[in-house]
Amino acid sequence: MAVMTLLESIRETLREEMRRDESIVILGEDVGKKGGVFLTTDGLFDEFGGDRVLDTPLTESMIVGASIGASVNGLRPVPEIQFADFIHPAFNQIVSEAARMRYRSNGHFSCPITIRAPYGGGVHGALYHSQSVEAFFAHVPGLKVVVPSTPYDARGLLRSAIRDDDPVLFFEHKKLYRSVRGEVPEGDYTIPLARANVTREGRQVSIVAYGLMAHYALEAAELVEGEGVSAEVIDVRTLRPLDAETIVDSVKKTGKCVIAYEDNRFGGYGAEIAAILAEEAFDYLDGPIVRVTGPEVPGVPYSHTLEDWFMPDPERIAQAVRDLAAY
Amino acid sequence: MATTRETEPRTVAAPAPDRLGAELGLSDEQLREMYTLVAMARAIDERMWVLNRAGKVPFVISGQGHEGAQVGIAYDLRRRSDWLVPFYRSVAMVMTFGMSPREIMLAQFARAVDPSSGGRQMPGHYGAARHNILSTSSPVATQVLHAVGIAYAAKVRGTGQVAMTALGEGASNQGDFHEALNFAGIHRLPVVFVVENNGYAISVPARFETAVPDIAIRAQGYAMPGVIVDGADVLGCYAAGREAIARARRGDGATLIEAKVTRLTAHSSDDQQTKYRSADELERERGRDPLPLFRQQLAGAGVLDDEREAAIAREIAAAVDDATDWAEAQPEPDPQTATRHVYAGEPLDAVDEPSLGGPWGARPSPRDGGRSAREG
Repeated sequence: MAVMTLLESIRETLREEMRRDESIVILGEDVGKKGGVFLTTDGLFDEFGGDRVLDTPLTESMIVGASIGASVNGLRPVPEIQFADFIHPAFNQIVSEAARMRYRSNGHFSCPITIRAPYGGGVHGALYHSQSVEAFFAHVPGLKVVVPSTPYDARGLLRSAIRDDDPVLFFEHKKLYRSVRGEVPEGDYTIPLARANVTREGRQVSIVAYGLMAHYALEAAELVEGEGVSAEVIDVRTLRPLDAETIVDSVKKTGKCVIAYEDNRFGGYGAEIAAILAEEAFDYLDGPIVRVTGPEVPGVPYSHTLEDWFMPDPERIAQAVRDLAAY
Repeated sequence: MATTRETEPRTVAAPAPDRLGAELGLSDEQLREMYTLVAMARAIDERMWVLNRAGKVPFVISGQGHEGAQVGIAYDLRRRSDWLVPFYRSVAMVMTFGMSPREIMLAQFARAVDPSSGGRQMPGHYGAARHNILSTSSPVATQVLHAVGIAYAAKVRGTGQVAMTALGEGASNQGDFHEALNFAGIHRLPVVFVVENNGYAISVPARFETAVPDIAIRAQGYAMPGVIVDGADVLGCYAAGREAIARARRGDGATLIEAKVTRLTAHSSDDQQTKYRSADELERERGRDPLPLFRQQLAGAGVLDDEREAAIAREIAAAVDDATDWAEAQPEPDPQTATRHVYAGEPLDAVDEPSLGGPWGARPSPRDGGRSAREG
């Protein structure tokens, strides 16, 4: 069993999938000879050629729009948006077109595309290389939204995403690309796009998170354990469709829930989880549902002091857990 | 070449060199088919407005005035092999590519078996998987990128297919249009862009839409030919379409065709164009109507005589009545089905192809070498 970084796991999964299925193509900016600005597609151009690993102009709407057309005519594109921050020019293509194609054609057309995009802060990327954009897309029926946090999950989830017959947004946290290593078994395993993962069992407080925050939640649980607080951690993994059952079951057990997400608080993805818990676990709650989030500013500032101020961290999550446990 | 007419034996005699259409390789039968398509699209379109004003359908968006360009330019495509990515005025183009009057009318009445959307989209949002006509949306110019993607896939897969897409001149100001032409230019993709320039983006005249008089000039920026054709000249449009399709087919890349057309109706049934177009202008524009011009051209060349024209008119009247009555009689969508097809995994409704085609769909097309469209 190989030990890989998150980035290596994604790259090797892309390579294996492209070997398995010649209809898979990659479109994106600098994905060719350079191998992507993070080197996620490094070596794929040499192996599969320029038709299947295609450097595009700086046209995000085209990257997605052409992928939609290509998917209708027999290809299975895996376009890359260089940074999630730059996905907004493609919003119309993703939301008006890809998400609605199956529904608006009464099932006669579909868009089997997987849009990969690095996201997230904590990497000195400032306002335009740090954004968390998952809430925009998780809102939209017809899309699937996946956020892997470990090399193992990334491989199983990316396989499922590429093989899925609907459009999937696959958001990869930049800070995890090389900081997380883990065992990635050989063999063709997949992880269904509808299954959260209880990554730590506990009794008093549930912590629900994804991406970088899924790791910080585990660190927070470690911090409070020594103080006698038992926290359970759930990595959501697939934001849409959401495995609400796993989250609701956990909160029914613990009675308390902290939701951690890096995006700003108002209307963020965690708000939906809070609403579901209010609707489905109200009788089991022993305290308020608490969110630990980014602040209400329109982006992550650059200076390290300002960025540190922005980013939720293990201690902030731990403090919320302590406070809630004592409620 | 696009049709089988050059390689398969035909029942018609070899044309005299001076015959209308001879230079273009079009038989009299094919000329009459083109005329029938133009006239049929017009008749269907007029019926839509009658139904709207009678309160039977809530919305109409029209192609009147565009039909000659649409039939001419799309006529050389290979049905069910090539791809068409239309827009909301493409009624004649989708019929040229195989959609039947019944299929058009099902969308007007938003019936359950409507092949475009099962009654989910507004009328005019054409699409039909069985005809390789991609489903369309309301934001303008998004579809141009889809055509480019289809062409990219055709190139990568080596299918020999050509993608054609259509849009208005208003949509040609959108970024998606320019991103599409740029990508097609770089990779010499087998795609034909058809801008149907009717001079108005709803109410805004062309001089406030673009700083240049001709959209076709934009092709220069993307290293492809830009061709201007008179949309009232059906055979001129055919020649431009045929050349662009052939160019795409042989791997020489994309073409931008701009057809100067007239919009004979308001933008839609919710628009009143006399508010922004003068009576003089509207009267003048009727002179650019492709339907009577094409009819006169064919009659003058002896392709269409009174008897043949009357027979075509009868066929059209019968088909429009049939399509209207049949479509109206089909069941409405069941609200219980409204949550279906958000994601994969649900079976498609069975499609009764013969009934969708109706009396029109069974007719053989001379450009398919006499085979019916369904045999494709």
